[in-house]
Amino acid sequence: MIRFDQVTKLYKGNARPALNAVTLEILRGEFVFLVGASGSGKSSFLRLVLKEESPSRGQIHVLGQNLGGLTSRKVPFFRRNLGVVFQDFRLLPQKNVFDNVAFSLQVIGKSRGFIQEAVPDVLKMVGLAGKTNRLPHELSGGEQQRVAIARAIVNKPAILLADEPTGNLDPSTSAGIMTLLERISQSGTTVIMATHDAGIVDQMQRRVIELVSGQIVRDERQGGYQTQAIPLQGFGPSSMPRQNLGIAGQAEEAIR
Amino acid sequence: MRFGLIMSEVGHGLRRNFSMVVSVVLVTFISLTFVGAAILLQFQIGQMKGYWYDRAQVAVYMCTSLSTDGNCKLAEATKDQKALVEAQLKSPAIAGLIKRVDFENHDQVYAEYKAQFGDTTGSDFVTPAFLPETFWINLKDPQQADVIVESVSDLPGVEQVKDQRKYLDPIFTALNAASFTAVGVAALMLVAAVLLIATTIRLSAFSRRRELGIMRLVGASNRFIQTPFILEGVIAALIGSVLASAAVVAIVKFFVQGYLGGQAQDTPFIGMSDALIVVPILLVVGAVLAASSASFAIGRYLKV
Repeated sequence: MIRFDQVTKLYKGNARPALNAVTLEILRGEFVFLVGASGSGKSSFLRLVLKEESPSRGQIHVLGQNLGGLTSRKVPFFRRNLGVVFQDFRLLPQKNVFDNVAFSLQVIGKSRGFIQEAVPDVLKMVGLAGKTNRLPHELSGGEQQRVAIARAIVNKPAILLADEPTGNLDPSTSAGIMTLLERISQSGTTVIMATHDAGIVDQMQRRVIELVSGQIVRDERQGGYQTQAIPLQGFGPSSMPRQNLGIAGQAEEAIR
Repeated sequence: MRFGLIMSEVGHGLRRNFSMVVSVVLVTFISLTFVGAAILLQFQIGQMKGYWYDRAQVAVYMCTSLSTDGNCKLAEATKDQKALVEAQLKSPAIAGLIKRVDFENHDQVYAEYKAQFGDTTGSDFVTPAFLPETFWINLKDPQQADVIVESVSDLPGVEQVKDQRKYLDPIFTALNAASFTAVGVAALMLVAAVLLIATTIRLSAFSRRRELGIMRLVGASNRFIQTPFILEGVIAALIGSVLASAAVVAIVKFFVQGYLGGQAQDTPFIGMSDALIVVPILLVVGAVLAASSASFAIGRYLKV
């Protein structure tokens, strides 16, 4: 579904790569957490999947398409298979809930009839059936994020990318959002979620990919926010020569 | 459905950037009026050239007893010399270029002189003997005047051969200069118009950057995203073009035909049909310039 082959991403004016020789594969229907410190490359990863950026080296395949070979004319059509949710919701403030969701269908040329059917359905699914006429500023943060999720999934994308979707929300609201994402995942959508929320990652016990300085230092099935495979306490530059550090130890060092 | 959506976006953009749209309208209006004026001037020059060149003659002045110019030696041109000129004009090489030859003797020339300059001071001193006898030659093609001038001016008894077209050249030079000035002003104004359209569209795109971001995210096609902006620029420029066209038509109707036509009635002036040729040119130039500068301006927002 998503395959990275030795992908390196360098930004102009920065010698240190945002992603460094990343190789991974994410399968259909998987729920993946992307964790790591700020600047570790999570957002770059998501932007590469969306083809908002192109890799400096390496190849990316998404949904069977080689993104390197995608012309800029075809990128919009490729993106129709992806849904995206952000920490800051990105709703249109002057449009109500229904129109915010409908907008994303209108601009890709869906018929009025399709919109009239699909939008109420998806709003019901995210639990906003009674609030279709509210404006974004009349909603709570959690409700706004539900609108954003509804907008992302209304076109039934194969992949849902979520960049810290619970970053602005309190724990109980976050839990509600996670329940919703899990339900979306169960319907067959691949969900990739970048997050700093240790509680959520620990609780969900899904695949965890940890990035440090642009490199994958951990890729665990059913992992937690921090690895449980290797105890961190014993490692560190003071207690061990540097070259003997395990990969997780390096990660720990980098975080410090 | 999509057409309606695009048009509502266009209307929204035009209302939101009203003052910028007005300035685009005014700048395109003025610049295209200059373009139109330059084209009209060229038409006018063409028309006058055609009219006057048809009437311009080549004059062969024969010697008088008072003249030392040309081949004259203070002696009146003899009958034989006049016959020689006539024969030369009838020779096969030259006769083909000539439409008509008229000969005026001293008295006819004097009568014409009196009619034109009779009331100027000093005209009383002029007697028929002062004025040279003249062959007036109408050419089939005025461009061939030099051939006549060369073939006749060396003949004995010929004082001077004059191509009347030469008198008109300064007028056409002046009109040409005016039309180039108009083109220069038009070019400068068009540059301003193009930049202003680009700025307006950037502003419009900036004020809608949230929508644009979401459109790109959910996969709206580039054409769908850019069409409203291009239409916005084109509509503003077209309003300017229509105003410029109206101005051009008004200039022809009220200034050229009304005022100038009344002042100088025997000068041929351009008419409505010429103005109506200019109108579609202005509309197309306005639309094409706006579309290209708007699509260039919006391109930055479509980069993927």
